[in-house]
Formats: sequence, structure tokens, C-alpha cells
Amino acid sequence: MTNVAGAPGAADKAGSAEPAGERKVSETLHFARRNPKLLIGLGIVLVFLLIGIIGPFFVDHDPNEYVGPKSQPPNGEYWFGTTTFGQDIWAQFVIGVRSTFLIGVFGGGVAFLIGTAVGFVAGYKGGIVDEILNMITNVVLVLPALVVLIVAIAYLDVRGLFVQGVFIGLTTWPWAARAVRSQALSLATRDYVDLARLSGRRTWRIITAEIAPNMSSYLVMSFILLFGGAVLTAAGLDFIGLGPSNGVSLGLMLESAVAWSALQLGMWWWFIPPGLGITVIVGSLYILNVGLDEVFNPKLREL
Amino acid sequence: MLELSHVHKVYRVGAFGGGRLRAVRDVSLTVEPGEVVSLIGESGSGKSTIGKMVLGLFRPSAGRITFEGTDITTIRGHAARKEYYRRVQGVFQDPFSCFNPIFKADRVFEMVRSSYFPRTSDAVWKDKVLDALATVRLDPGNVLGKYPHQLSGGQLQRLLIARALLLDIKLLVADEIISMLDASTRIDVLNLLADLKERGLGILFVTHDLSLGNYVSDKSVILRKGAIAEMGPTARVFDNPLHPYSRHLLSCVPQLHRTWAEVDAELEANPPEDVTLPTADDGESAPLIEAEENHFVGIDQG
Repeated sequence: MTNVAGAPGAADKAGSAEPAGERKVSETLHFARRNPKLLIGLGIVLVFLLIGIIGPFFVDHDPNEYVGPKSQPPNGEYWFGTTTFGQDIWAQFVIGVRSTFLIGVFGGGVAFLIGTAVGFVAGYKGGIVDEILNMITNVVLVLPALVVLIVAIAYLDVRGLFVQGVFIGLTTWPWAARAVRSQALSLATRDYVDLARLSGRRTWRIITAEIAPNMSSYLVMSFILLFGGAVLTAAGLDFIGLGPSNGVSLGLMLESAVAWSALQLGMWWWFIPPGLGITVIVGSLYILNVGLDEVFNPKLREL
Repeated sequence: MLELSHVHKVYRVGAFGGGRLRAVRDVSLTVEPGEVVSLIGESGSGKSTIGKMVLGLFRPSAGRITFEGTDITTIRGHAARKEYYRRVQGVFQDPFSCFNPIFKADRVFEMVRSSYFPRTSDAVWKDKVLDALATVRLDPGNVLGKYPHQLSGGQLQRLLIARALLLDIKLLVADEIISMLDASTRIDVLNLLADLKERGLGILFVTHDLSLGNYVSDKSVILRKGAIAEMGPTARVFDNPLHPYSRHLLSCVPQLHRTWAEVDAELEANPPEDVTLPTADDGESAPLIEAEENHFVGIDQG
């Protein structure tokens, strides 16, 4: 009686049909490889990611150091030219791209963690817990986030990627919480969730094992949007002079370009790379997101 | 063993929760060990809500549900709840939605194991699972290691019953477990319920199908708009329906050798004797009258 094929504990995976998990993955891959939006978006993001990862290793001086001749347009030695003070713009750019990704991952990550935690608990628990969490979410949602950030960061002595990421995370989570809550609300009423309750599972295990995997694509897309949002918010803060002190970022480059009248002096090589960098990274993240949406959602697929 | 006493369930409805929907109205009933009690009613009669309240998935708005002497609404904390589910289990109506689609179907067994038998060895557990599968007459080779979409509704439903049997349960809440099955597997599951009854299990059998209720149960409870219309031993309820609603229901069961016209004509020729029905003026309570021994009739709700 104990030597039955497929019995629990019997480690035979042979025979039987192709498992659904694998089939689903390969189906997703099939559509992913044929989706131009996804491929273009992902390609551009990856190129910038590589620039951010590898580029700084080839910069052998401090990006804010005055290394070259002043106000040089792009040339063979200084690929993106130099600033009014003779700083290497290429060096600033690659390190700025790196910090852009860092702030995106960190700020977006903090917002994602808070947002999904609040959303799952509110959607699953319902009732008074839902009411309270929803109220908090709505309050944070209507706070003028940028103003709060400006006030908070202006009063902080310590400035850096970490503090900036935490603050961005703390102010941008509400919409993710609302989106996750609405999904969790509908998934929490499924019979398999009741069955897990009857199996004596704890709440957090039901949320992580039964509900979250069924909305994984949704979660991935939320994270990408939060990532893009954090990049934009950080660039905005840097631009108005509330960025990391002594740091380098695309937003800080824009700030100094404007502060030293690069526009009026026609030094396009000073402000175009950081401006275009932010725009292209965030833009391709959104394109990537639309592509992912089409891959995950059969109704949107162009066949 | 299980006793419901004046249980109510009221939902808030409407945009601001201002409206009230009385899903279950003043229901009192008991389930004894080795007894199958059918809850029969149309859609929206509150029968599934009663099942879910017994399983602790919903809380009653008023009234007491006691299981072996403890009021289940006073069960607090995860450990106590887990102990309750060791003795009381449920099987739901739609087997397709009871399995998380991204996992293999036999994960429902693993969940029971990790919660209730963490120290059981692999070999012992395997025997236990195979035993349970044999009880529900499933071929282990056909169902283990498969994903839910690879199995039929009947197989999934029987997997869920097998899952409930892994625990040493005293009470099974079977919510419409037959309705998703085709006719040939239906009788298997019904006979399985009869076997379980022999073992001393109490079964709360929720159904909308009169003939299934008649076939399987010792006691029948006919629900109408959340309140009990008629309750009594199955034979008496079906042979001598006293409530107008039960009579109407029974006259609606199609009969093989007679047309509706013949049935209606016969009913008109000898109209059944009317019984005095209890009345409830407050719109909340639903008193019962014992018309004959153990045979109760409830209020008339039109």
C-alpha cells in the first residue's frame, strides 16, 4: 500500500502531465519574448543599470573634483564635457545613475513594504482593522507629500541616500496600500482561504502563502511604479537643493547646472545628460510596466 | 454535541451600512453524534451562512452556538481555534475554488500535516493519507502530485472529504458537497456520508436538493428566509409536511410517471389539513410549535 506512485514522500516526479506551474511560467515567457514594449523598456533599464553598476569602476577620481579644463564641450577625453569648474560630467553621470537606482530600490522598497503590509492586513482582516488602516492610508494620501518632504528634510542634519529613501518610502506608500487592499479583499473571500483557516493556519501564513502568490504580477508592477515614483521624487528634492550633502545624483547635477546658469551659457552638455537620464529611466520603467501588464493580463495581449 | 440556540445573523448592506439583511433568523437546532441533519432551503435561505457560522468563519450576530458544551464564539486565540478545527471540519460547495490554483492539489493534506501532525513521520503520514483516499474511493496514483485543474470536480471534492478525515473529527459541515458532482459520483459520496455516520460522526448536510436530504439524513430542517419553516425526523417531514412552504416545495419535486397537472389536481382534490402556525410580530424572533412529537413548524413568511 505504501509503494504507490505519486504518494506524498515518494520522490518520483516522472510520468504525469506537465505541471501547471512550469506551464504557466513558459506561457508567460512566450508572451514576454514577443512583447516589444516589455523588451524595449527592460532593455533600456538594463543598459542604465549596467552603466550605473560598471561605470563608476572606471572613474578613478572624485566626481566633484576639479580635474579638467573649464566649460569644455564633449570630447575624446571628457566624454560628456566638463562643468564651469572643470568637473568631469561623465563621472558625475555614471555615479548619478547608480544613486538613482539605489534611491529607486530603497525608497520604492520601503514604500512597497509598508504599502503591501497595510494593504494585505486591511484587505484580509476587514472590519474595524480595515476601517482604521484605511483612514490612516487616506490621511497620508491627501498629505501634500512633497511639502512634507521638503519641511522634514530641510530640518534634518543628516542627509544621505538612506534618510532620503526612508522619507520617500514613508510618504508614497498609500496608493500601493489601496491597490493591494482591493485585491486582497477579493482574494480573501475565496474558499481556499477559508480552507487554510480550517487547517489551522495563522493569518500571516495565509496572507503570504495563499493570497500574495495569487497576485504576484500585481505586486511586481506595483514595485516598478513605486520605484519610478521614488526616482522622480528624489530628483525633485535634489533639484531644489535638498539632496544628499556632498553626494552625486542626477538631480544634484541638474541643480548645479541651473545654479551656474548652464542654460543661459548654452552648456547643453551639463544639463541634458542628467535630465535625459531621469526621463529615459522613468519612461522606460513605465513602458516596461505596460508591457508586463499585457503579458500578465490575457485581455490586453495583442495577438 | 452541536447546539444552535436562537442564532441570528444580520448583515449590514447598502452604501453606508445603513440597511439590514437578516440572513439567519432565530435558528435553534441540534446535531448529535452519528446523526445526519439536513439543512434544506432555496438560495438565500441562510443555510450556507449557518454552516459557516458553525465553522467559525462568520460570527453570529446573536444567539449561542455550542459544541460539546463550549460556546464557539468565546473561542479566542489561534491555539484554541486550531483545537476546535481538530474536531470540526467543513467541505465546501465549489471544489474548484477550494484549491489554491498555483499549488498541487495534495497540498491540502500537507497543510493539515504541518498544522496538526508536525511530528508524524513520513511513512506513517503516507499511510494515513492513503487510508483516507481509500475511504473516499480515490486511486492515489490518479490524484496525488497533480494540479487542481488536472482533476475533475468529483475527484477534488473527494480529496477535500479525505482531507477532513485525516483529522479525528466529530462534526463535518458538508456545504452542498453534492451539487458539483455528476450523478454517478453522487451516490458514492452519499454512501460515504452514510459510512461516516456509522463511525459516529455528526454531519450537518447543507443542500438545496430535497431528494438528497431525504436520502441521507435522519433529521431535516427546512429553511425559508433565514428562519426554520419545518424541522423534524426526515420521514415525518417528508411524509407529512405541515408547513405550507414545505408542502409547496415537495409538490415541486418532479415525478417520473405523473405530469404537473395531475399532481396539482390531486393536491386540490384532497387539500392537506392546515395546522396553526406560530406568529412572530416583532419581525425578529421565529418561534416553533411542536405539532407532533419532535416535529416542529415555524412561522409563515408568505
